[in-house]
Amino acid sequence: MNMKLSFRLALIMLVIPCSLLVTFTHYPAIQAMINSFWNNGSSRRPSRFVGTDNYLTLIEDDRLMQVLFNSTIYAIGTIPLAIGLAIGMALLVNSRLPGTALMRLSFFMPTMLPMIAVANIWLFFYAPGIGLASQILEIFGLPSINFLGRTDTSLASMMFVAVWKEAGLFMIFYLAALQAVPTNLKDAARLEGASSGRVFLDIVLPLLRPTTIFVAVNALINAFRLVDHVIVMTEGGPNNSSSLLLYYIYEVTFRQRDFAYGATLTVLMVFTLGLLAIAQFWLLNRKAHYQ
Amino acid sequence: MTLSKLYATMMNATALSVAIAGSVSAADLEFYFPVGVNAPAVETIQALTDEWATANPQHTVKAVYAGNYEDTTTKALTAANAGQPPQVAVLLSIDLFTLIEEDVILPISDIANTEEDKEWISGFYPGFMKDAQFEGKTYAIPFQRSTPVFYYNKDAFREAGLDPEAPPKTWDEMIEVGKALTVKDDSGNVKRWGTRIPTLGLGGAWLFGGLVVSKGDVLTTETGTEARMDTPATLASLEFLLRLAEEEVMAPGGITWGDTPKAFLEGQTASMWTSTGNLAFVEKNAEFDWGVGFLPGGDGPGAPIGGGNFYIMQDTTDEERAAALSFIKFMTSPKSAAKWSMATGYVAPRPDTWETPEMKAYTKRLPQALVALDQLAYAEREFATFQRAKVTQYLVDAIESVVTGNANPAEALSKAQKGADKVLSDYK
Repeated sequence: MNMKLSFRLALIMLVIPCSLLVTFTHYPAIQAMINSFWNNGSSRRPSRFVGTDNYLTLIEDDRLMQVLFNSTIYAIGTIPLAIGLAIGMALLVNSRLPGTALMRLSFFMPTMLPMIAVANIWLFFYAPGIGLASQILEIFGLPSINFLGRTDTSLASMMFVAVWKEAGLFMIFYLAALQAVPTNLKDAARLEGASSGRVFLDIVLPLLRPTTIFVAVNALINAFRLVDHVIVMTEGGPNNSSSLLLYYIYEVTFRQRDFAYGATLTVLMVFTLGLLAIAQFWLLNRKAHYQ
Repeated sequence: MTLSKLYATMMNATALSVAIAGSVSAADLEFYFPVGVNAPAVETIQALTDEWATANPQHTVKAVYAGNYEDTTTKALTAANAGQPPQVAVLLSIDLFTLIEEDVILPISDIANTEEDKEWISGFYPGFMKDAQFEGKTYAIPFQRSTPVFYYNKDAFREAGLDPEAPPKTWDEMIEVGKALTVKDDSGNVKRWGTRIPTLGLGGAWLFGGLVVSKGDVLTTETGTEARMDTPATLASLEFLLRLAEEEVMAPGGITWGDTPKAFLEGQTASMWTSTGNLAFVEKNAEFDWGVGFLPGGDGPGAPIGGGNFYIMQDTTDEERAAALSFIKFMTSPKSAAKWSMATGYVAPRPDTWETPEMKAYTKRLPQALVALDQLAYAEREFATFQRAKVTQYLVDAIESVVTGNANPAEALSKAQKGADKVLSDYK
């Protein structure tokens, strides 16, 4: 009697979270997989099974190649830069310099703003002729640059905004990690005559490694997940030069309403992200010191 | 056992709530609308909506500002696919084919079928009805319709020794006048450009359509299955855009739609090509003497017709449809349309609106408002096909790759044509 009740209870306890997981994660993922083998039907064009046609389209899709190239550059450019900047800022605000409270606030400020607001602010900064960037260039007698309207600057402009926004958040994690570094280790090293550079490289940095893993994974996810600024500032343009994979999926699926090809792109993205996550954990986990 | 009980309870609850909703009021409308210009559009729409609700207390209406044109179409379609469409929406006129294909809109001529209704439908400017009708049915009612016009800074014209009452009429004149208007500082950096034609995104493609019309061609036809991207007219139009940058009349690279009015008001450019829907914004903020003219043309005047129409969604009850029709009639009535037109600059879609004393006084004070209406005679429908978003993207990519110097016009256009033909081949 008692056993039976607890079994039923256990079943209910299991079913509730599982049904959420199935409804919002597994079912859509499998559905996307299935959709990727069909073409996009409508009232004037019946849907039919097309096998691997959508995947062949992937290979021939010039825009996708451009988008994948952009996404790679974006990830390679923003992740190390944001992490490096975050460590630098964390060291700065962790020091005993005057005005650290103000510095912490100003470094963290961009993180608190929603991405849409950030993008609108930067849209104005980048505006050719009238924006802040143009006015700064003008002080030095340089011609104004149409940052968002040129294929060679639009992606870099997006990356700059992303780093500016993200570094503050990562700084908080590094700050917490820095404050957890035991002072006796540093004191011991200094007694042995180690320079402060040496202390940082051999004591502080290895102890920061778990934080770096966490931050790097987050930064990687964000590099693929955050496209609000692309939507607000360039809509992927000009000529797809600032289009990122997730934005392209959004555009194909919801603007062009090609759910079949959108599903195919989603499968590609899930697959790529899975591989990247495995590689990242393997690389960084090898020498991590967890306390 | 418990599960089936729960299910039964849920069904009862649903039935009950349906019954309650049916008895409270005749119709609860949800109304999605976009804003595509710099104008106090949201306030004006809200005020007009409230006015209708006050006059029709048995109904309620909730006006939902849903972002720019493309966002609003995306939201309305997503809501419709989820079974919860807004009953009525203002969406891009060129999304007609998409909305028909997705089977979400109701032909308005199906419910507006009395003699009086037919007369009402025939009272709109024929130019605006071109892209509201398909296969003999009227699917949409024109509301925030516009053509782009040429705004110019008269003070800048005087400064350059040009006649401020004679804006350029042809592409050659545009380049000649533009050269005179461009100002550089001592170090050779341009302080003020001669003109500014947005070339990026959907706004860029819209204006490009005007260039093509002025060369005597069209980008699409009423069939919705033909895109004419690789023609002598499109080639000439792209080359004109390149020439503007080469002759230093216009900034090189891509030019955004959104920044254009600001750049004009700040004196960064002496003239601009943008929607007449920005008229009120320019009037309110310009600190200089300004004028409006037809778009300079290749072989003659030419412009694209653009903007949004009212649509009624299909997944609606009879009561909701009747209420939606009454709402649309109110919004396009002479009094409401006059308010809307004066608040923004959009072209009132019916001749009777222009006859009201308010509009007469308005056009006397601001004769610039008449330019877009006069230009209507030379305007053609905007780029519209089945799979519009996908097909237009090929055109947008072609224009953007050429103005940013990444492709030559002939190659880019032939590539766009191939892409568009491939998508549209399913519909022929």
